[in-house]
Amino acid sequence: MGPIEKEVIVANKKGLHARPAALFVQLLDKLKVSVTIVKGHEKINGKSIMGLLTLGAECGTVLKLIVEGENAPKAMQELEIFFNKQEEEFIT
Amino acid sequence: MSEIILKGIPAAKGIAYGPAFILDKGEFIVPKRVILSHEVNSEIARFEEALNFARTEINSLKEKVNQDMGLNKGNIFDAHILVLEDPTLFEQVSKGISHNKNSAEYVFSKVIKKYVQTFSKIPDEYLRERASDINDIAKRVLKYLMDETKLHDLDNLQNDLVVVAHDLSPSDTVSLYNKKIIAFITDIGGRTSHTAIIAKSLGVPAVVGLKDATLRVNNGDFLIIDGQKGLLIINPSLATRELYDKEQSQMHASLEKLDDFKTLPAQTLDGKKIALLANLELSNEVLTIKKFGAEGVGLYRTEFLYMSRLDLPSEEEQYQAYKQVAYAVNPNVVTIRTLDIGGDKFISSVQIPKDMSPFLGVRAIRFCLERPDIFKTQIRAILRASMHGRVQMMYPMISGISELRRANAILEEAKRSLNDEKIPYDTSIKVGIMIEVPSAVMTADTLSKETDFFSIGTNDLIQYTLAVDRTNEKTAHLYEPSHPGVLRMIQRTVDAAHEQGIHVCLCGEMASDPVMAFLLIGMGLDELSMSPSSILTIKKLIRSVRLIDVQRICYEALQQETSIEVEEFVSSQMKNLGVL
Repeated sequence: MGPIEKEVIVANKKGLHARPAALFVQLLDKLKVSVTIVKGHEKINGKSIMGLLTLGAECGTVLKLIVEGENAPKAMQELEIFFNKQEEEFIT
Repeated sequence: MSEIILKGIPAAKGIAYGPAFILDKGEFIVPKRVILSHEVNSEIARFEEALNFARTEINSLKEKVNQDMGLNKGNIFDAHILVLEDPTLFEQVSKGISHNKNSAEYVFSKVIKKYVQTFSKIPDEYLRERASDINDIAKRVLKYLMDETKLHDLDNLQNDLVVVAHDLSPSDTVSLYNKKIIAFITDIGGRTSHTAIIAKSLGVPAVVGLKDATLRVNNGDFLIIDGQKGLLIINPSLATRELYDKEQSQMHASLEKLDDFKTLPAQTLDGKKIALLANLELSNEVLTIKKFGAEGVGLYRTEFLYMSRLDLPSEEEQYQAYKQVAYAVNPNVVTIRTLDIGGDKFISSVQIPKDMSPFLGVRAIRFCLERPDIFKTQIRAILRASMHGRVQMMYPMISGISELRRANAILEEAKRSLNDEKIPYDTSIKVGIMIEVPSAVMTADTLSKETDFFSIGTNDLIQYTLAVDRTNEKTAHLYEPSHPGVLRMIQRTVDAAHEQGIHVCLCGEMASDPVMAFLLIGMGLDELSMSPSSILTIKKLIRSVRLIDVQRICYEALQQETSIEVEEFVSSQMKNLGVL
């Protein structure tokens, strides 16, 4: 199946900083999908923590997620939950 | 290209010209190194190894934090590990290596720099501060990549170079030693910064505190460095060049004349001998000190054995280094100063917390008393080396008698352990202290009873007396060696020592300035230790004056109220005597 796309809003109060970015990369490893994140004209590999951090995605930033892989629909759900969290402590 | 003249702080005398070589502005020197096509794969493999190395390091750090602090506190390192596993970063670096045929460390440092720049532009403060995390991780990787190649690459430099850097750390300067460097230029630093000391010991000019020289100079620009006036001239005009050509040849001529003094004693016309000794930065410098006619080593800095490496030097390794110097200097004396780190000197093998005011923090003897294991190892090595020449040792930064007694207690332990193992050492080895803290001056009478000699370290004594950070270019103008407060400190120390019948040496940059040296002779210093390249100038001065005149002038100089008055008075008197 082809890639699926969806827009999400960063809900974390501190933005996508080091800890949530780390959790995001770890989550992708677990979900076994590849994700491209688009913010404006910037496009980064979701597994690149440097890419995530340099996006400068503060709280309220709109990001487009492009998810590829067999598990894409289910993964997208999990990613949406991830971005809706306000504090990363609730994610395990 | 028009000529640009920048004014900085003159840190080491002399005039030099040559092409600029800009060192990376970060903490690491990452020179550009071109690789061959067939080296691409091994260079990428080396980069992978470096990432693995850093990952192992951070993982063990993480485990330690988890153990010590409990409950996944070490998770803060997860992000660091992910940086090392970052697929985009890896791709950028390996592409850079294969496309541009540059070394892994060069490409990696460029890529990291770009990220750091991006970080610093992020509006969110929290994210912006992650730049320091990235730098920290990058340092771990570079540490692995650079260890050998740093030296290797500098070895390949062919021409005479003027090193232009934001700042030079002591470990940088170690790797620069023996390279074809003809001058140093730095953005920051003061007269006694590390760059100045190294430049003097190499006998090359240096200008520091130029603020933004690294931004104004391009690699390969032709530069003139005037260490007398503290000038940097970028792309000089033909006229300027001719002017300096003339000045340089005059200087060479007067230096050659000085050579006549090499074998003569440093003795005043009325017979007072002053021992002129050399400050030694590295053991392989020992050959140059004989060239300049030094009568021994008044200050052998041991920090360099500990720098540019990840582990601590073993007793055996230190013993070999000290032995080599003791042997080379024999029958003259070599004064080994025990480890003086902290302040502006740090080593990788031991974590010293960054104090808010590092010069007032855990440094020198304070550090050694906190780490008796490291201290005792060094003392044992020094004691063993004492069998191979005339060795004496001294403790840096003693602030009072209790510290001296604690240090001596460790010395006794070291001696006992050698006795037990039946390892020989000079049982009458002289042990002195550095006088560089005002409280040591004020209690010099007490200290003089329990030590064999004093050695006044003026670089630090001045900064502590005047409350002026000597590495801060903003306070450089307040750093006044001729300040009456400083001169009285020195006089008081000398008097206390002589009262007790012990010798006083002075081993700061001050001793190499003729006007200051003149004063020091008048104040009664027994020995002066300085950069080897200054010894002949000072010897010539000593041989041209009578002690009785110097003492008279010195007495009056100490009545002056400001540093400028002191200097003007002494200079004019010296001119009258025809020695300036």
